[in-house]
Amino acid sequence: MKALVAVKRVVDANVKVRVKPDNSGVDLTNVKMSINPFCEIAVEEAVRLKEKGTVSEIIVVSIGPKEAQEQIRSAMALGADRGILVEADDSQLGALEVAKILKGVVEAEQPQLILLGKQAIDDDSNQVGQMLGALLGAGQGTFASEVKVDGDKVQVTREVDGGLQTVELSLPAIITTDLRLNEPRYAALPNIMKARKKPLDMKSPADFGVSTATKLKTVKVEPPADRKAGVQVKSVDELVEKLKNEAKVI
Amino acid sequence: MSILVIAEHDNKTLNGATLNVVAAAQKIGGDITVLVAGSGAQAVADAAAKVAGVSKVLLADNAAYANQLAENVAALVADVAKGGFKHVLAASTTTGKNILPRVAALLDVSMITDIIAVESANTFKRPIYAGNAIATVQSDEAIIVGTVRGTAFDPVAAEGGAAAVEAVSEAKDAGISKFVSEEIVKSERPELTAARIVVSGGRGVGSGENYHKVLDPLADKLGAAQGASRAAVDAGFVPNDMQVGQTGKIVAPDLYIAVGISGAIQHLAGMKDSKVIVAINKDEEAPINAVADYWLVGDLNTVVPELVSKI
Repeated sequence: MKALVAVKRVVDANVKVRVKPDNSGVDLTNVKMSINPFCEIAVEEAVRLKEKGTVSEIIVVSIGPKEAQEQIRSAMALGADRGILVEADDSQLGALEVAKILKGVVEAEQPQLILLGKQAIDDDSNQVGQMLGALLGAGQGTFASEVKVDGDKVQVTREVDGGLQTVELSLPAIITTDLRLNEPRYAALPNIMKARKKPLDMKSPADFGVSTATKLKTVKVEPPADRKAGVQVKSVDELVEKLKNEAKVI
Repeated sequence: MSILVIAEHDNKTLNGATLNVVAAAQKIGGDITVLVAGSGAQAVADAAAKVAGVSKVLLADNAAYANQLAENVAALVADVAKGGFKHVLAASTTTGKNILPRVAALLDVSMITDIIAVESANTFKRPIYAGNAIATVQSDEAIIVGTVRGTAFDPVAAEGGAAAVEAVSEAKDAGISKFVSEEIVKSERPELTAARIVVSGGRGVGSGENYHKVLDPLADKLGAAQGASRAAVDAGFVPNDMQVGQTGKIVAPDLYIAVGISGAIQHLAGMKDSKVIVAINKDEEAPINAVADYWLVGDLNTVVPELVSKI
């Protein structure tokens, strides 16, 4: 079966971002960009399913600027077979528009498994996989920490508040990955070289008949309120005294 | 204006998170209806009817909703929402996050995740970039769908209301998903996201055994919930539902005690709205100290037991 994996180019997880002085957004000039960590886990899972013989072909799709080709190439270096870049200004796209474009890609490629990260670490929305499920009328296994394909069904163990829940979905199904699903591998140099030769199609949202106008407008972006500077205490006695008398929390 | 709040529950009791969502709904203003979708969930509907500020409770009692499968519940919620609601809200729990985006797509509207402030009926604040920026977003959608971060709103009273309970006969079973099993971690301690005091351990505690040896007495003494950093969860010290952070639970207790936690961005996103933060770490340069109100540099294996003996 075919697997489709959606990946997003985002600011690197270790970067401490800064809000622009005009409050229009976050300053991303000259900031290191990477593949979203949850997306990387989705790629790894698809590759593992291919190594087990469950999946025959892995298509990786990204919606974003030209530079997102780098993230598609990284996914190919990890083992994806081919890529699709839907070129768009993703800062202007909402989760619903992204889901609609992905629906177009799914209809064109007809994958049985659609893997996404549970959330992108930039907008922290945690929406696209679920929205895609609704648009396709497919089942969803969100926050997956274990995936088992069995014939035309897939069992997904989900991380829920309070513990774990296992659901069984009919294929085609959507799976969004949680951090504990797997440990993504590192791409070896020969694989990075090979990835350069793998096919990468360029598309636009218009190819899928999707208008990119979102009705959700970001009015402003501000830094969070600063916490007032704390103090170092020298002893447990001092700590207990401060908690009891100054902060009055115990 | 009318607001639909999706109740969070386990078919027996109404989850406290719902009270925070009702509080957010009151800030928007309008008639508040609570939808309870479940199986054998009459007690939940009765509890919801007593919540202050709720004017009506809808109870959809059907086996198809027993385990809150998104495919079935979302179809129901979307249908109910079309009956004249301007807002659809749920808690930012794994259940809310699983179901609501699906509802939004069925209604063909955008959605707002993790609302932390209500500016007006269509303008809200939400954190982005792991809480390193706060975005103000305005929705021009006909129906505004959003999840509410519980810790950002003080819960309304669980008693005092007298809403009528109305049955919804509609049964939506998409037939594409099935509940198989669940594994719920049992704990005698207060629930993490609702606790007044949280004691959290990180990689610095060294092992699962040491986590319990060092932190259990402190949590017991303070009547605190226990949390952990991602490093501690990934190392297998404690189960994942104890994880505090961008990808785990978001907490904002009165007192958060971070023991052996360095304070990575992803962890801070889950706890930096706590009222008082205490860090106990052997590293003087640990980033956690930058958000801590009080920090103590020392070996947690000696400092924590000493702390237990003195409080």
